[in-house]
Amino acid sequence: MLLITCPNCGADCAETELAPGGEAHLERFGPGSTDEDFAGYLFTRKNPKGVHFERWRHAFGCGKWFHAARCTVTLEVFGTYPAQVTEPPAEIVERIRARRPNWEG
Amino acid sequence: MSDAVSALDGRAAEPRPGLRLAECGLRGQITLRAGDLASSALVGAVEAITGVAVPEALSAGFAGDDRGAVWMAPDELLLFVPHAEVAGAVEMLEGALAGTHHMALDVSHARAVLRLEGADAAETLAKGAPLDFSEAGFPVGRARRTHLGGLAVGIWRRGPEEWELVCFRSFAHHLFAWLETSGVEGAEVGRFGV
Repeated sequence: MLLITCPNCGADCAETELAPGGEAHLERFGPGSTDEDFAGYLFTRKNPKGVHFERWRHAFGCGKWFHAARCTVTLEVFGTYPAQVTEPPAEIVERIRARRPNWEG
Repeated sequence: MSDAVSALDGRAAEPRPGLRLAECGLRGQITLRAGDLASSALVGAVEAITGVAVPEALSAGFAGDDRGAVWMAPDELLLFVPHAEVAGAVEMLEGALAGTHHMALDVSHARAVLRLEGADAAETLAKGAPLDFSEAGFPVGRARRTHLGGLAVGIWRRGPEEWELVCFRSFAHHLFAWLETSGVEGAEVGRFGV
């Protein structure tokens, strides 16, 4: 069971209140892009063993989307941050580096 | 013209001595969504209609049995007014918020409100929702949306032993039956030490 704090409403919520939204910070490719780029955007995911940035929605709560940084091995949640960014904020990256000195992300 | 009735028409039960469950009957309910819940126009209108200030995040405020406001999301409030006043209240909100990005919708007949009272109310709820229902984790005045018994619900604590829940109207029967079963005599847990 993951316990995640929703950055939109500030509630500490159990995993069951949330809906997962897959990998975060994908670069979108649409009409006009190459087949390789489009296929990569549609299908290719990092699926890392370790630090992972992902999207979640507080489905049974405030209903808003947000981002979370999480370790897929230990399920440690490094932090959550707003959905309206294209890369993780510096403080989250710092927190990950403090916990995972060898992280190459 | 048909007569309005609430989802369970005010059904009441006492699953175990001292634990009282009731559907609250007809209440005027307004979903208010706006980009800025702190704008002076909105704050003034909400206070005029409900008699309480716009509640802070994850909280609820009440001025009487069926008058109050519950914080639902960063851009959403649920307002309670007496059922007879709801049309006028929506009209007033529309007037006050004209020209701004907002939605004020009468949802009185789309929702059901249940009340659970008694020393064992917290543990009755705790059996079905992933929240801390202790005094520290869920103080009086706090409001949360979550799931209970498989349903999306809003829960707020009106008093130390007084809780209210809101759910979609068509789920009211299930929620009532679920709470009645959870609180039945012989199902005591004693988690919150009465």
